Amino acid sequence: MASLLRNSGKITTTAGLIARPGFQGGRGFGLSSFSLFFSSPRRFQTTESESRVDSHCYDDEISQKFSVLGGKVPYTSGMRFTSELPEEKVPCYRVLDNNGQLIDSRNFAGISKEIAMKMYTDMVKLNTMDTIFYEAQRQGRISFYVTTTGEEAINIASAAALKIDDFIVPQYREPGILLWRGFTPQDFANQCFSNKFDDGKGRQMPVHYGSKKLNYFTVASTIASQLPHAVGAAYSLKMDGKDACVVGYFGDGGSSEGDFHAALNFAAVLEAPVIFLCRNNGWAISTPASDQFRSDGVVVKGQAYGVRSIRVDGNDALAMYSAVRSAREMAITEQKPILIEAVTYRVGHHTTSDDSTRYRPLEEIEWWQMARNPLTLYRKWLESNGWWNDEAEAELRSNSRKELLKAIQVAEKIEKPPVGDMFTDVYDAVPSNLFEQEKLLQQTVTRYPQDYPSDVPVRAVPSS
Amino acid sequence: MWGIVGQRACRHGSSAMSLQVTRPVIHALRSFSTAAKEMTVRDALNSAIDEEMSADPKVFLMGEEVGEYQGAYKITKGLLEKYGPDRVLDTPITEAGFTGIGVGAAYHGLKPIVEFMTFNFSMQAIDHIINSAAKSNYMSAGQISVPIVFRGPNGAAAGVGAQHSQCYAPWFASCPGLKVLAPYSSEDARGLMKAAIRDPDPVVFLENELLYGESFPVSAEVLDSSFCLPIGKAKIEREGKDVTITAFSKMVGYALKAAEILSKEGISAEVINLRSIRPLDRATINNSVRKTNRLVTVEEGFPQHGIGAEICASVVEDSFEYLDAAIERIAGADVPMPYAANLERLAVPQVEDIVRAAKRTCYRSSSLAATA
Repeated sequence: MASLLRNSGKITTTAGLIARPGFQGGRGFGLSSFSLFFSSPRRFQTTESESRVDSHCYDDEISQKFSVLGGKVPYTSGMRFTSELPEEKVPCYRVLDNNGQLIDSRNFAGISKEIAMKMYTDMVKLNTMDTIFYEAQRQGRISFYVTTTGEEAINIASAAALKIDDFIVPQYREPGILLWRGFTPQDFANQCFSNKFDDGKGRQMPVHYGSKKLNYFTVASTIASQLPHAVGAAYSLKMDGKDACVVGYFGDGGSSEGDFHAALNFAAVLEAPVIFLCRNNGWAISTPASDQFRSDGVVVKGQAYGVRSIRVDGNDALAMYSAVRSAREMAITEQKPILIEAVTYRVGHHTTSDDSTRYRPLEEIEWWQMARNPLTLYRKWLESNGWWNDEAEAELRSNSRKELLKAIQVAEKIEKPPVGDMFTDVYDAVPSNLFEQEKLLQQTVTRYPQDYPSDVPVRAVPSS
Repeated sequence: MWGIVGQRACRHGSSAMSLQVTRPVIHALRSFSTAAKEMTVRDALNSAIDEEMSADPKVFLMGEEVGEYQGAYKITKGLLEKYGPDRVLDTPITEAGFTGIGVGAAYHGLKPIVEFMTFNFSMQAIDHIINSAAKSNYMSAGQISVPIVFRGPNGAAAGVGAQHSQCYAPWFASCPGLKVLAPYSSEDARGLMKAAIRDPDPVVFLENELLYGESFPVSAEVLDSSFCLPIGKAKIEREGKDVTITAFSKMVGYALKAAEILSKEGISAEVINLRSIRPLDRATINNSVRKTNRLVTVEEGFPQHGIGAEICASVVEDSFEYLDAAIERIAGADVPMPYAANLERLAVPQVEDIVRAAKRTCYRSSSLAATA
């Protein structure tokens, strides 16, 4: 079985530096470690067994008056370095077993049938959209696409657990949240084809969706820059006293960016109601997680910044739903940040510009596609409740496919945005130099139409 | 005695009042003339921020040392006490972090004023300034506006070395989506700061550390809380007919001194205080050059791709036939700023450099190339 968490699964023993004479550590070193030095001068040798009791005491004067750590810190005469890895990896919260059955119904708060069904149908729609749009890119109809394959549960279940007032600050692999909130296949297609009905006015590459109406910040290509934005937006929500939070999504690769660290640190200091949701899918283009960090994943970084955190099975829709619901509750009522590490696998390529079989084995991809497919797992649970069957599946898939194909066909034929749209929104009001440039461009295109594409509508400029 | 009166006035919290009593010399003068009050650039900035924070609860301050420390250069003095820690945030040391947070807050509808201790440190945050702030309104097709102000000292100070002395005007002014302002006098500082805070677009506000302590006369109109200067309009500080000298920030003072020296030699220089680097007031500059037919651009920053380069291009494009002489660019030396005082003096423009350049355009002295 391919190991996703590629950091060594072995339990590392605590390694201690032998105290050298002259070292004035703490209150002086214990006698036994001193004698160890003389008996074996090797460095990095394991210390005596963990069962030796070091006396922990509190220096009340320092703790109460002068502690820079904000509280009582126990002092110890034993010199012990905290291991770089915990003895046991942080456990991963899971609700459904491999057969789609509830493992422990006591730890699952429940879900209404309506939401449960919408979750599945949206997951299928998202999966279908990815297939069709990917094919469209391969056919040369759109220039670029990013699939979410394998991460449908993270997308849809997290969206289902949130409310429309919660602000979404995405990376670029979270279109499912827009889908949940009401973005139509036509909306998605219009943006990918950058036609005149694109809400983004044809300004950005495909998949850079955004919707002010649906409280989903426009996707930017920069990695992890959205995390401090999420904290700022959460601060604004906090000042407004709203019953809402912000959710910032990012990947395992994004957790290496400086912005990630600043955002978590700051969110804790500001006590901002923000959920940091990491899609740890094991790969950042061709960089595996083992080359990205050496910690036990991303979840342990939460504690380093004073942020409450949890590791969740990202392919388990019910676990995601449950965890995000609780996180939202905590973030809003306690006004603090929460970190969720959703462990999953990026089944598709990084983007259409990537061929991931060049750097990872096909068997690994296929294993995740088969054995821990979020749609298959969740579907088993739905069927065990009697809420789903093969006919419904076939109908849903067929309808979704038809709807998406139609959306592409329609979007392809719609006109591109007018030339005038190139010059608006640079500033709040169009400055005079851009007004003049637009006029000049309109005149040039009108005069030399043979030099310009025919599908760029030129709007007549009113004389100033 | 004046000092005690000054402190008492400050505790009342009225910044306008504190101005009146902390300048005992002017207080004495008031009874003898209708001379304008004087105000330091520091007080001008402080009062402008204070008034805008008072008028709009969405405006808030962020930066290192802006709160408890009263501001690294005391620009934000008294504001933490007045508005509380919710609106005056002392940030951890992460320019990238707090700039990103400010941008996110602006996305959501607040109006942050983000302070960089100097703009040299804004380099750690430049991705957020350019890619998250400047371009967002455009990339989101108007759905996300970013009403944020980035402010702080820019350019050379005194004896602070290479990493604390660069002028970033050209870097920010080249990016569409940003507005870039550079005040000189206290009137500029008040009017442009208020305009920047009220503006719905992201504004980079380039101050100058050495100007903070300088006093300028301010009229009653400037002191009024509704005072505002338009963005994109330069000011003709001194009218003239023989040569146009453009400058911004501290160099405006140098240009004015140069103009004084030149007038004694029969050359009447027109000094333009740019005030706004982006948008650049090309109309005022070109109209002036069409009148004088000669141009000297002055800036403290590095010469290549500097503000002077853009002004030269604009004038050559729009007023070529009006030029009677080649344009002269005065800029800092093309080296990272050295520390030693003698070297530092040689690395930044001085008044004499401006005088000589103006004379060269008037053919009153030979060009540097001819003597090389």
